[in-house]
Amino acid sequence: MNQAAISATIWPIAFFPLLGALLAYVLGRKERDWAGIIATAASALSFLWVVKLVWALPEAHYFEDQLFQWISLADLKVDFTFRVDQLSAVMCMVVTGVGTLIHLYSTAYMHEDEGRHRFFAYLNLFMFSMLLLVLGGNLMVLFIGWEGVGLCSYLLIGFWFKNLAYAAAGRKAFVVNRIGDAGFLLGIFLLLHLVGTTDFVALQPAIMSGNVALGTDFYTLVALCLFVGACGKSAQIPLFVWLPDAMAGPTPVSALIHAATMVTAGVYMLARMGFLFVLAPAALAVVLVVAVATAFVAATTALTQYDIKKVLAYSTVSQLGFMFMAAAAGAFWVAIFHVVTHAFFKACLFLGAGSVIHGCHHEQDMRHMGGLYKKMPITCITYGVSVLAIAGIFFFSGYQSKHAILGALEHWHNPHLKEWIEYILILVKFTAFLTAFYMTRSFVMTFLGEYRGHAHPHESPWPMTVPLIVLAVLGAFGGLALSGSLGFSLEHYLAALNFGAAAEHHHESIAAALINSWTGLLGVGLAFVMYTQLKELPGMFLRLVPPLSKLLSGKYYFDELYGAIIVRPLEGLAAFLWKVVDQGMIDGMVNGTAAFVDATGELRRITQTGQLRYYALMLFGATVFFIIFYYVL
Amino acid sequence: MSEFPLLSSIVFLPLVGAILLYLFPGFGPRQDPESRAVRAFSMVVTLITFVLSLLLWGGFNPQNTGYQFVENKIWLPSFGITYHVGLDGISLFLVLLTTFLMPIVVLASNSVEKKVRGYLASMLVLQSAMLGTLVALDMFLFYIFWELMLAPMYFIIGVWGGKRRIYAALKFVLYTVFGSVLMLVGIFYLVWAYYQQHGVVTFGLESLARFNGLSVQEEVWLFAAFALAFCIKVPVFPFHTWLPDAHVEAPTGGSVVLAGVMLKMGLYGLIRLAYPLFPRAAELFTPYLAGLAVIGVVYGAMVAWAQKDIKKLVAYSSVSHLGYCVLGFVAFNTVSAAGSIYQMLNHGISTGALFLLVGVLYDRRHTREISEYGGLAARVPIFAFLFLVFTLSSIALPLTNGFIGEFLILAGSFQELPGFTIVAVAGVVLGAVYMLTLYMKTMYGEIDEAKNGALTDVSMRELVTFAPLLALVFIMGIYPKPFLNALEPTIKNYIRVVEERRQMLKSSAPMRTRQVAEDQAADEKISSVSDKSKTALDALIVKRSKV
Repeated sequence: MNQAAISATIWPIAFFPLLGALLAYVLGRKERDWAGIIATAASALSFLWVVKLVWALPEAHYFEDQLFQWISLADLKVDFTFRVDQLSAVMCMVVTGVGTLIHLYSTAYMHEDEGRHRFFAYLNLFMFSMLLLVLGGNLMVLFIGWEGVGLCSYLLIGFWFKNLAYAAAGRKAFVVNRIGDAGFLLGIFLLLHLVGTTDFVALQPAIMSGNVALGTDFYTLVALCLFVGACGKSAQIPLFVWLPDAMAGPTPVSALIHAATMVTAGVYMLARMGFLFVLAPAALAVVLVVAVATAFVAATTALTQYDIKKVLAYSTVSQLGFMFMAAAAGAFWVAIFHVVTHAFFKACLFLGAGSVIHGCHHEQDMRHMGGLYKKMPITCITYGVSVLAIAGIFFFSGYQSKHAILGALEHWHNPHLKEWIEYILILVKFTAFLTAFYMTRSFVMTFLGEYRGHAHPHESPWPMTVPLIVLAVLGAFGGLALSGSLGFSLEHYLAALNFGAAAEHHHESIAAALINSWTGLLGVGLAFVMYTQLKELPGMFLRLVPPLSKLLSGKYYFDELYGAIIVRPLEGLAAFLWKVVDQGMIDGMVNGTAAFVDATGELRRITQTGQLRYYALMLFGATVFFIIFYYVL
Repeated sequence: MSEFPLLSSIVFLPLVGAILLYLFPGFGPRQDPESRAVRAFSMVVTLITFVLSLLLWGGFNPQNTGYQFVENKIWLPSFGITYHVGLDGISLFLVLLTTFLMPIVVLASNSVEKKVRGYLASMLVLQSAMLGTLVALDMFLFYIFWELMLAPMYFIIGVWGGKRRIYAALKFVLYTVFGSVLMLVGIFYLVWAYYQQHGVVTFGLESLARFNGLSVQEEVWLFAAFALAFCIKVPVFPFHTWLPDAHVEAPTGGSVVLAGVMLKMGLYGLIRLAYPLFPRAAELFTPYLAGLAVIGVVYGAMVAWAQKDIKKLVAYSSVSHLGYCVLGFVAFNTVSAAGSIYQMLNHGISTGALFLLVGVLYDRRHTREISEYGGLAARVPIFAFLFLVFTLSSIALPLTNGFIGEFLILAGSFQELPGFTIVAVAGVVLGAVYMLTLYMKTMYGEIDEAKNGALTDVSMRELVTFAPLLALVFIMGIYPKPFLNALEPTIKNYIRVVEERRQMLKSSAPMRTRQVAEDQAADEKISSVSDKSKTALDALIVKRSKV
């Protein structure tokens, strides 16, 4: 943010959804249908305000809105400040734009749900928190949003709370995120301790000037702490286990929170703190390893899933890995680029899945779908377009961003992992191929062939199809539009994110682009053939290597592993501490002392008869005894 | 001083109210003891007390770092005991917390079915004792109020408590008395030592806090005696096992007062007495206190997780939360100490509210077993909403009050005690685990119609009880400035005074130490004995002549 500030009115962007949440709940209690209208309107108003600001935002400037001083104590000063720079502008556009479409979609999707006033209130509250996150002018306001979106995620995953498994999934999401947040907090403490501020505008020069006597180790430490936070929110290994379970929430929630916006908050945070990360090459190497591992593990897990939402969930985890790869290479604008294109096509895919689930009367298993292209043409086409986009096939949007990620990795100039980068690239390309493969698999199983279910599938109403069409168009052409081909270059727009790294400029012919799409084309083609023509082949593959197929369908047994080495031992420890230490040892000692006093008291009681004559006798005896003791002996 | 004794009025108004409750014929024995009049009268008394205490805040000058609203009257001159009360930024907010919670407790007394008059009278006496402890600037006065807190709470638990109330009440009293007896010995030793040097008997806190005649050895013993008393009260691990029993057996109002205010007295004692009086020992004890505090944070959270009784869970969560407060204070910088005070207020609000919520359930179902509930969110949505908000406040979600306190404590402590703080951060995760597990098990899932089908949502009266707490959760989370502004100068000054005194004591060997050393050297010589008694006699004569 090393640019000039212009003061502007930013708070309404966040305020509309907050007000919307209150009104949707209060008025929605009386008339359920109002909730959706209010919430959608609030989100749309917020979007319009964003457009208005972004339109007026001059190059190399940012808007600032100082609201009030939140915390002020000794040296600790935290202002409640909103800022819109180019990075926030991009994020706000995505959050409010895609958010509004998903609100509109939800009005139809949640049409029959008794608790939809609650749903829309939470959804708007989520928008509020997410906007705090991307508008916050310092890490603290960002953190408010950060935990706020975690809360809304918790509430929405467990929205159908009568199902205890869903509620447990919400709790899991919150707790796992909290582990990340603990790391995030430590990062904040370190920054406060050694730099004294978390304000981005003040932090950047303080860090980049290098005159702080902090050293690389400090940067690495802070960067790793913050990355732990990002791992939680953006579902990276080892903290990704909550995201697949988060599919318990209503599908629009999965689209908005667990695909398009909230889970990209970690990527946003890395980009926002990019000036710190580029000074910590060791931390970036860690980010790369985690990102590549996550992308690969999630992609392979997605291969064997039958629940359409689970496929998309693992795909999201995998794609988030791709975003972090770009960030690890220092190409933060590329990471944001993929955040944007991913928001388009993944939101479309999730909403498409929602449309299918809605059309098939709450069927999520792809084995009971098939042939839906006849019954749900719009859903089918939009889903197909998005599959091509995520597969990274030219000209669809996923191609541009994924290609940029690979380009960034090819120019890896980090001394760490330098000799490994070629092998890593092969793994990444293989993962990209897998992405194309499993997404095509999901498309074929859902839309092609014969219908295998027992419901009566039907196309969804217009509030659901319109967002699908809009997102599909964005997913198709969004990449081209942002990559400079149509006069707007995201790279140029986000130039402030180039911390020292020189921008690579490369123009390629369409033929070259098609050739570069080979991983995607191969994946799509192979899956298409395997799942339409050679239907026995996938099963044969899995039977060939039983342990592998078991590992994949068992999702690498992360949940089982964590259960065995963390959750159950801790539960056991808790019970032990209570029963043995607290009740047994500590209270045992306390009660033991009491019992001892009680018992010896019984002995002494023999002397306490309460009879005056007895006491007088004792007194007399004692006196005689002492007189004899002193004077006679 | 011809001014209106505002502080004393606030302290003694509840006591007078308690007496009137018994004397005033309208509440006499012929009246129905459960009459609304008793409750209404107590309500009026506590509300007036609260309004008066708001005047304190209004008249409080944050820039004046000394004690304010001071009243200093000679009480027992021959023992150097004065009636000396005053207020600084730290005690101001604890006084406000007390006066704020009491009307809520009175409002929540509807669930008390027997001997309402005795119950509310005990509460009012308790309030006076608590307020007195918070404003006392004379050690003797402090001790009297400190001990006076015990009796009414003993009755509240022992008479209006649950099945094992006698055991819990006795345990509570014995634990506390054990600590405070040691403190009493310490007080007398300190006063005696002061008398040895200055020839004046005084219990005045300000004089004793300037006393420089203690050896480090003596400081350590005295600090240990004081700290033990206070650690039991907080309670700091491993002196906490009275707390779960007391909470489980206490009636709702008793739990609210116990968690809301009384636990803070322990830490307040450390702040007001132990640290200023024995600064060098305090420094030596810091790693141990911080260690116990951090163990308390994690241990309390872990044990809370294992609980099957809602109230016990909340009680153990108190051990965890108070651990944060102790850590923040002993880390001893402005941010962490202010966070500690702030967190004490937060804990009073959020844990007080959680106990009230447990009370709401208990009134309806007469059980506190977690397994007896489940799926309540569908049946009692307003209750579920309140429960959620106070849960979030308890687990320190940003924009609730809990976050400000926890953040200040951890951010501040991190600068002084990074190792301890990193462990304490684990509590941030564990807090979410046990609270959300409790929330899930009680509020989510299918409702058991046979057991909870007839459950009714919070009544209007209950809603009124929760409303002020709910408002404070957000006010203190979004705009903590008025609180922090009033706290900051006091705390800065407090830390400066203690640290300067510590430096001063370190740099100059105290006079009486030298004297003691000389005494020891001369012990073999019989002649010095007469010298010693001579000095003591001289001192006595000097004192007599002064009087």
